[in-house]
Amino acid sequence: MKPLLVKEFTATSCIGRGLDQTLDALIAQRSGLKACTFETVRLDTHIGEAAGVDGQQVPAELKRFDCRNNRLAELALAQDGFLEAVEAWAGRCGRRRIGVFIGTSTSGILETELAYRKLDPLTGALPANFDYAATHNSFSVADYLRRRLRLEGPAMTVSCACASSAKVFGSARRMIEAGLIDAAVVGGVDSLCLTTLYGFHSLQLCSSAPCRPFDVARDGISIGEAAAFALLTPAPGSLNGDAVLLLGVGESNDAHHMSAPHPEGDGARRAMLAALAAANLDPGAIDYINLHGTGTPSNDRSESQAVSRVFGAATPCSSTKGATGHTLGAAGALEAVISALALRNGLMPGGAQTTHIDPALSAHYLLANRRSRLARVLSNSFGFGGANCTLILGLAG
Amino acid sequence: MKIGGYVSGIGVLGPGLDNWPDTAAVLSARRAYQPAPTVLPVPALLPPTERRRTGRVVKTALAVALEATKQAAIEPATLASVFASSGADGHNCHEICRALALEAREISPTRFANSVHNAAAGYWSIATGATRASTVVCAFDASFCAGLLEALTQVAVDGESLLLIAYDTEYPDPLRSKRPIPDAFGAALVLTPHRQAGSLARIEASLGSEPCDSLPDAGLESLRASTPAARCLPLLRQLAMHTQGRTVLEYLDGSNTLVEVEPCN
Repeated sequence: MKPLLVKEFTATSCIGRGLDQTLDALIAQRSGLKACTFETVRLDTHIGEAAGVDGQQVPAELKRFDCRNNRLAELALAQDGFLEAVEAWAGRCGRRRIGVFIGTSTSGILETELAYRKLDPLTGALPANFDYAATHNSFSVADYLRRRLRLEGPAMTVSCACASSAKVFGSARRMIEAGLIDAAVVGGVDSLCLTTLYGFHSLQLCSSAPCRPFDVARDGISIGEAAAFALLTPAPGSLNGDAVLLLGVGESNDAHHMSAPHPEGDGARRAMLAALAAANLDPGAIDYINLHGTGTPSNDRSESQAVSRVFGAATPCSSTKGATGHTLGAAGALEAVISALALRNGLMPGGAQTTHIDPALSAHYLLANRRSRLARVLSNSFGFGGANCTLILGLAG
Repeated sequence: MKIGGYVSGIGVLGPGLDNWPDTAAVLSARRAYQPAPTVLPVPALLPPTERRRTGRVVKTALAVALEATKQAAIEPATLASVFASSGADGHNCHEICRALALEAREISPTRFANSVHNAAAGYWSIATGATRASTVVCAFDASFCAGLLEALTQVAVDGESLLLIAYDTEYPDPLRSKRPIPDAFGAALVLTPHRQAGSLARIEASLGSEPCDSLPDAGLESLRASTPAARCLPLLRQLAMHTQGRTVLEYLDGSNTLVEVEPCN
């Protein structure tokens, strides 16, 4: 593929609002996970809740879009000058030539969950002010961002569970390469809700402790929430050395099981190989892998095998979900931003919360931070329904 | 800028529409449209245990996907896929929200696994062994065109042969009153970068702002306007008529999708 410039990027999660706080937390190996006190949820689990979402306002003209998911999107949009950068780019190439492609798994479903507590006792009807299109529907978040940024190009949500916001990079890449648009706002937004908290609990996939990816004692995920965005443009001929490029995207499907990974990580392996082929790189060219690393026994076992089969046991890797929690549909974009930060700062983040690496996992998992110049980073995202997506980011110089 | 590919297989299922040949007869006015509740076939592709777990949305998507691949005489496992749907399984979503509003808040693991927007894509891949990329997109009422553009960029840019499957099913009350999709509707297109023995037409899509086309038959127009996946009907009508032409499909506010159709004869 033709490399794209990751011109601007930002992320907000439980470890911080914007890039500086996120980087500080990674350097300190600080986890944002805490015992769950979300809404009225009574579950023995830990969550990664972004600070300040409840108090965030959406602009008055977009009031009908007001819900936790879009508040989180609004909060993240205001960081790192992202909104202004998109506006400047719109002035340059035109509003019709910028696409909006956002990954989410549950969008604003929390609004519907709350509305179901307030059904009319006589008729069973939903409250009159419940707005399905602007909150519940998966498109709500992409629609909100398109209106908020006053863009007029193509827009959609990609909803492939926890691979959603990695896959939007692929969709944007194809649209730009096809010449339909000149730039794209891509990202992921997923917020805490009862469906995922009680749903993952029903599958016995939530840990009661903060999640410990690749640890011998790992016993499940911690659900988090995040919004992360990037502005993608074609890469110009000359770039600063610290410019971040999207070099490869690889996608595959497990064709194995709805909610369990392929035991040997076959789909994950094919996604990584496809990304390497798209970037025209050998496995040895990857300096660090940001793992999907959810912290369930089977996910980490499957991914470790896939990584070892592609890279051997030498390439340093870690999961940042011990810090952020599993932000589900936002994980791909959040970890793409973390990968960009890793490149810019020469930082391989050690996995927070993990203390004793499972000896059965052969991947080279980092417990402590490692500092060295990184040229290329690979990031994995896998989801229910067998969806797999791998991104490769690199420095221009 | 245009992006194009060949339509090499079609599948359709909807209210009063049982398959593509039947739908083509209705759309080309060789037969009158008679609305009737959508009849969903048993998903024979799935093993019995999985079959019991699937709802109407998965049955709809799998039925049209299977018809399109059979017509194209292409092994489904070789195709990438793009699924386009405004909502996921509405009945399943209703049951989860209902359970979460009760004191016990107990939801079944199967219900939760089936609640993902990409459930149909997951079941299709499992049923056929399709391991190529599978993407699931949503753009509310614009979901069909979002899927068409995603699919055609894969065909045109990456040379992928793929299945585009657009599908929607109804919500039960009370969500139905807020999102009144009347019944199950699905349409699938096998899209290939090169002309094949059974290719029906070449299509080329571009973005524009012309007013979108409606359908002359009131019943079909009602279906088009009420079901996001059925926004594809003007394109299917053009394909059914086997004549060169163009159609404008409803997309996002102020932006529609122009599709030029050149039959393969």
